[in-house]
Amino acid sequence: MSSEWLTTMLVLLPVGGGLAVWLFPWTRYQAGSLAVLIALVEVGLWVETALAFDFDNPRLQLSQRHEWFSDLGVSYHVGLYGWSLWLTGATVVVMAAAIAYAFWAGRERPRAYFGLMLFLTGAIAGVFVAQDLLVFYAFFEAMLIPLYALVGVWGGAGRIGATLKFVIYTMAGSLLMLAAIVVFGLQQGTFDLVDSGTSNSVWLFLGFLAAFAVKAPLFPLHGWLPDAYRESSPEVAAVLSGIVSKAAVFGLLRIVLAKFPEPVSDLRVLVLAFASAGLVYGSLVAFRAPDLRGVVAYSSLSQMGLITLGLFSGTTLGLNGAILHSVSHALVSTSLFLLAGAIERRAATGELAFLGGMARGRPALATVLLAVGVIALAVPGSSAFAGEFLILAGVFDVGWWWAAIGAGAIVLAAMYTLRLISAVLHVAPGPRVTESALDLRPAELGIIVPLLGVLLALSAWPNGISAHSFAGDFAGAKQVQASP
Amino acid sequence: MIQTPTIDWFALMPVLVLLGAGAVSLLGAVLVPAGVRRPFSFFVTGLGFAAAFGYAATLFSESEHGETIVAGAMRRDRWYAFAALIICGAGFLATLVSWGERPRGDEHVGEYFALLSTAAAGMIFLAGASNLMTIFLGLEWFSIALYILCAVSAERPAALEAGLKYLVVGSFGSAMLLFGSALVYGATGELELARIASTAGAGDRLAVAGLALILVGLGFKASAAPFHMWTPDVYEGAPTAVTAFMSAATKTAALVLAYRVLQTAFPQEHGFWTATIGAIAVASLAVGNLAALVQRDLKRLLAYSSISHAGFMLIPIAAATQLGGRALLFYLVPYSAMSIGAFAVVAARERELGRAVDLDSLSGMGWERPFLGISLWVFMLGFAGLPLTGGFVGKFYAFSAAYDAGMIWLVIAGVVATALSLYYYLGVIRALYMRLGPELRPAAVGGSPPRETLLHVAVGAALVVTVGSFFAVQPLIELARDAATALPF
Repeated sequence: MSSEWLTTMLVLLPVGGGLAVWLFPWTRYQAGSLAVLIALVEVGLWVETALAFDFDNPRLQLSQRHEWFSDLGVSYHVGLYGWSLWLTGATVVVMAAAIAYAFWAGRERPRAYFGLMLFLTGAIAGVFVAQDLLVFYAFFEAMLIPLYALVGVWGGAGRIGATLKFVIYTMAGSLLMLAAIVVFGLQQGTFDLVDSGTSNSVWLFLGFLAAFAVKAPLFPLHGWLPDAYRESSPEVAAVLSGIVSKAAVFGLLRIVLAKFPEPVSDLRVLVLAFASAGLVYGSLVAFRAPDLRGVVAYSSLSQMGLITLGLFSGTTLGLNGAILHSVSHALVSTSLFLLAGAIERRAATGELAFLGGMARGRPALATVLLAVGVIALAVPGSSAFAGEFLILAGVFDVGWWWAAIGAGAIVLAAMYTLRLISAVLHVAPGPRVTESALDLRPAELGIIVPLLGVLLALSAWPNGISAHSFAGDFAGAKQVQASP
Repeated sequence: MIQTPTIDWFALMPVLVLLGAGAVSLLGAVLVPAGVRRPFSFFVTGLGFAAAFGYAATLFSESEHGETIVAGAMRRDRWYAFAALIICGAGFLATLVSWGERPRGDEHVGEYFALLSTAAAGMIFLAGASNLMTIFLGLEWFSIALYILCAVSAERPAALEAGLKYLVVGSFGSAMLLFGSALVYGATGELELARIASTAGAGDRLAVAGLALILVGLGFKASAAPFHMWTPDVYEGAPTAVTAFMSAATKTAALVLAYRVLQTAFPQEHGFWTATIGAIAVASLAVGNLAALVQRDLKRLLAYSSISHAGFMLIPIAAATQLGGRALLFYLVPYSAMSIGAFAVVAARERELGRAVDLDSLSGMGWERPFLGISLWVFMLGFAGLPLTGGFVGKFYAFSAAYDAGMIWLVIAGVVATALSLYYYLGVIRALYMRLGPELRPAAVGGSPPRETLLHVAVGAALVVTVGSFFAVQPLIELARDAATALPF
């Protein structure tokens, strides 16, 4: 296989696999194991892509381009930068874990479920490799289709309200983006992200920003978040908070920052202010949230605020930190949601008031939750710490007070994470925690331990991402911004 | 002795073939034994649509340079041929859906199919008309056929109501068009579209009044607001196969002709009609989408959705550019497919349950009838303009055309309307998949009727066009571009 097909294959393999899972009359067991297999092959494909990738080259690589409709200058154009390669990597790992978890937990109508999960994998990978605005929009919206069904069909009791809110929020943002895409593309004469120049229209900037701010979500556009994260199954919540939110990171970096340098610098303070507000607000609500998923959901809101701080700092350090933190948050958030799912299975509730004392007699659960939690609260030496440190160092150049807010929020993160850990593991056994509630099973460990392993590897070598996202230097970051 | 004009028979072949098929079906109603009457007229009509499609395709490739034929009555150009292709395709699919449509058992089945092909012939004729007389002729021709088709199940009061309403309101629309034509003729002394343009001075009040009335008449046929009042009732009351055909083909004919009339005959009033069409588009988007939000009956919901799509398709007409022409023709292809497909699924459910389909009676259908469920899902996403369907590309082109013509307000109206429309399109998907059948017990008493292969074929074809027009944009848009060059932009 020639190397320029690798990028396209990252999209086609899961989509084709999803169709195969859905169309053929597999049994429950076959459908699940086939889906896991395809997800693992996808991880292997990503590794092959990463090996074919030259991290010293700041330009678009492994790109492929075909005319789609020429009269408006739209083409199927995909390719990878160092940083988008990392986001894709987070996607394939998280999706593999989510699919494996769903297989283990058992879902009704498995063929449709796994078909949709694989289709979602392809759509998210598509978002991260798109280099044409319309291709990007197509994948961005295509993510919504499986998510709508995954939350709406397999979600909890309040699923219908949750999906409705989720779809209305995201589509309102997306349609503003569509209008902005039409105007931007026709002004530029091309919809290609590499060929098009920059624009200084504040309106277009806001159109794109709105879409990504909803998707991330950024304060104050997070209204859909608590319901969607609570009502969906744990693995779908993991995917939503872990990687669907990173589609916003891609959009902010590849479109907003790269194509609107003037509006970005004019409105930088405004965006930073909202990001900091979200960072603090999310942390405070996470600290007060009554249930597991609430804590993880609002911590996700707060971490997305932090990532946005890094992106809009406009410095190499901030950008590198944002990418590193995106990957590390994807893994942390996924692990936490899957663990929340495991705990909910045992206690039949996620209310913290009914939990407690689960560490006694359940060493595996206690160890894994503690390890993930320690990384989540950014203990020095962890990948989250490295990411946050880079972001704060980057945003310090814009103004020390931003870094001060960020540092304060890290303290808050420690507070809500420790509250979560102690409410689940320590204190007296909760009313819903029975003696018979099992420790993590080998299958669950088999899913979460590899995630933890990747996190530990990143903690040991954060440079792997932060120095290999923009070809190492600021010139590389600039190159993305000025679009080579 | 009267001079007879030379007639380009080949250019008229799509119309003539369909008229021929109609005549044979009608004869079959008398001569063929009752037992095989349905297969006979079905076969003849299907063959007629296929042959007409073939002729239209040949006509498309052999009409690179538009010419006026039959003494100025018609234009032979690719614009006409493209519209003929869509109408024939829609007619063919509607024929497949009609196989299981038994409004009065097997009674009058020959007449039903004869009227179907006659209506299509009239629409194709209308799409090629280039003279105020032939426009009126074509309009009445297909309208009369449709009036009867709507009321064909005469024992159902709703059908009679639909037919009567359509007759009264439709005649009113036709009268408007006729009156407008008379005013334009009074102002210019010409009937042929191209000559009207060269004769009429800009700002001639009589001609503008005539133009306005012609727009009203065509607005009725395209079911654009505020001329849409008949649409929900007629769509609801008519046999579903007929509704499917009307929603796709009538709109195609009316919109394609409207663009021809405006561009060919009234370039001097450009400022007036672009603003008017823009306003009608916004009104249709508003009325269609807001009213659809509260519908429970699926056919009424789709009727309001078709009103809103008339609004979307008027956006490229208001743009009045090459790009707008291309956008309209492109939009019509996935729209027609989605519309016929969606109504076909409704027809299948209706025949299964033996009663009108509302959102509650869809519940669980997505799991019980996977193919129809997925198809309806895709059609709804297409209507909503989500990617992986041609509906997305169509909307994208329509918005691009509007922006290109400096009408950013139409882009904004379209975007807001799309956001609103999501609520009810996703509501259909919700009904299909997210509520379980036993919850509402909609299933038919005494088991389901056997699966209709022909209807499934029609749905499959519509599905292929809907999804295919997302991926194969380039070939389709090239055809649309060739067709759009036929109009004098």
